[in-house]
Amino acid sequence: MTAPARLDDRSKHLRRVIVRVLQKARRGHVGAAYSLIEILRVLYDDVLRFNPQYPRWKQRDRCILSKGHGCLALYAILADKGFFPDAELDKFCTADGLLGGHPDGSKVPGVEASTGALGHGLPIGLGMALHLRLTGSDSRVFVVLGDGECNEGSVWEAAMCAGKHGLTNLTAIVDYNKHQSYASTKEVQDLEPFADKWRSFGFAVREVDGHDVPALRAALAATPFAGDKPSALICHTIKGKGVSFAENNMKWHHKNKVTDPEVEAMLVAIEEA
Amino acid sequence: MRENCLRMVYELAKTDERVVFIGSDLGVGVLSDFKRDIPSRFFMEGVSEQNLVGVAAGMAMEGHVVYLNTIATFLSRRCYEQVAVDLCLHNVNVRLIANGGGVVYAPLGPTHLAIEDIAIMRALPNMTVVAPADAPEMVRFMKVSVDHPGPIYIRVAKGHDPVVTGDPGPFVIGKAVPMRDGDEVLITTTGIGLQVSLAAAEKLAAAGVSAAVLHFPTIKPLDTPALHAHAERAALVVSVEEHSIIGGLGSAVAEYLAESDLLHGRRFKRFGIPDVFPSGYGDQNGMLRKYGVSADNVAAQVQALLAARPGKTFRVAA
Repeated sequence: MTAPARLDDRSKHLRRVIVRVLQKARRGHVGAAYSLIEILRVLYDDVLRFNPQYPRWKQRDRCILSKGHGCLALYAILADKGFFPDAELDKFCTADGLLGGHPDGSKVPGVEASTGALGHGLPIGLGMALHLRLTGSDSRVFVVLGDGECNEGSVWEAAMCAGKHGLTNLTAIVDYNKHQSYASTKEVQDLEPFADKWRSFGFAVREVDGHDVPALRAALAATPFAGDKPSALICHTIKGKGVSFAENNMKWHHKNKVTDPEVEAMLVAIEEA
Repeated sequence: MRENCLRMVYELAKTDERVVFIGSDLGVGVLSDFKRDIPSRFFMEGVSEQNLVGVAAGMAMEGHVVYLNTIATFLSRRCYEQVAVDLCLHNVNVRLIANGGGVVYAPLGPTHLAIEDIAIMRALPNMTVVAPADAPEMVRFMKVSVDHPGPIYIRVAKGHDPVVTGDPGPFVIGKAVPMRDGDEVLITTTGIGLQVSLAAAEKLAAAGVSAAVLHFPTIKPLDTPALHAHAERAALVVSVEEHSIIGGLGSAVAEYLAESDLLHGRRFKRFGIPDVFPSGYGDQNGMLRKYGVSADNVAAQVQALLAARPGKTFRVAA
């Protein structure tokens, strides 16, 4: 699997939206958001059933960003889809803003659950999936996890439980950018053999280049991957994807005090990506 | 009490499709009738409390009223972040049925003793904390538990606890229950501290001391108007609880009395587990006696405190 040579216009646009946020807020989990862009873009453009006018529409698919620190990518998409005005992006992390450094399900239209503390999204999504099956709904649940997040035991408690129930309406999507806050996942807590772990917990598993939009579309269109199991899609991604100097650069996991020259450099890098 | 609590979950589920039961890995046969009659809403999901609380939250976000049952220590200590974030932050209708609050599991040792559960649960925004004193009170509470908004921590006592609550009418969440009148001492209590308190009040009466007993089956929200009215009449206020003296009912009462300037000329004392992990085994009552949560000790110390007061016949006009 090799990344596509160039990002397309939509992927660049969404990244530029985040730069605009950084220009105002001067901070954010940049690397964690940029590895997610294509995953969320394909979910919201091609997969999920939703209605921005009625965020809690019962027939919607549920999408939980369990790695809540990647919320800049989610906010960019949700604003793009009209869940809230673009102007909210300019108030990111401000005292009276709607959008905080982690997504708040009680306030932000389109955010299903408050996340940020890691390891919460899959259990909650599992509860939703059990409800949907219990009530005969054809809505589905997608939970987007980080790789570092998969250090949490609660992820595997939930995985075991989802496997037991054979929840075909539940898909776990892992943004496997191979880096967590301190260092590489291999150094901090090696997840390999990662796909086998999910398989052994009862999931049908596929792997995909998480920046390859057609490949993501094809993979997510194929969910559920099995007729009697929950699905796991492991997305091989690059932390900070699209900004060359931020890629796999731990200083850009969470960036403080973003300067104007850095903003300019990001825009140039995105154009060249 | 536990059997009645769980039986009520089944009774509620029969008539209310929102009601779901989740257990961890409970004793064989628990709620077998629920499992037999309503299998689609019965979940036994293993020793995984963090996951269970999240699953319960997910179901409650979709409109269910979820009763989640396991041992109190595991529901309070093990998954506190899930309780805080998944339940309280989202303010969802999950009821935590916490078996063995306090020192019920004395023979099993300190890993199983929930002595700080009230403290940490009442510190969480949106959380309601209840601790009925006997099985009839638990049944009355369960009847009104379904429609109460937000999460509830239900502290379940040992079972076969002496029935003392009588027939005070429907349970009102957030209301204290006056159990005995008296004008010298106010004994505030919760859970099976009520039985200890009533026995202590009897002993005090025999010694010529008039003690009121105010029972708080709901610890949060605390019925401060009732506390205020009763405390004003007493020269001494004490708390009796099967819990650490740090953070439980005694702390809640002290906080209110201090902030309401009700400690002027009034003594206050907490009876509970001191700041230790209880040592030894034995049984619940033995453990409580060991740490002074007994009628004999409460009565004796109350008398000593009254005797030590300057102007010991002091009374505050009603």
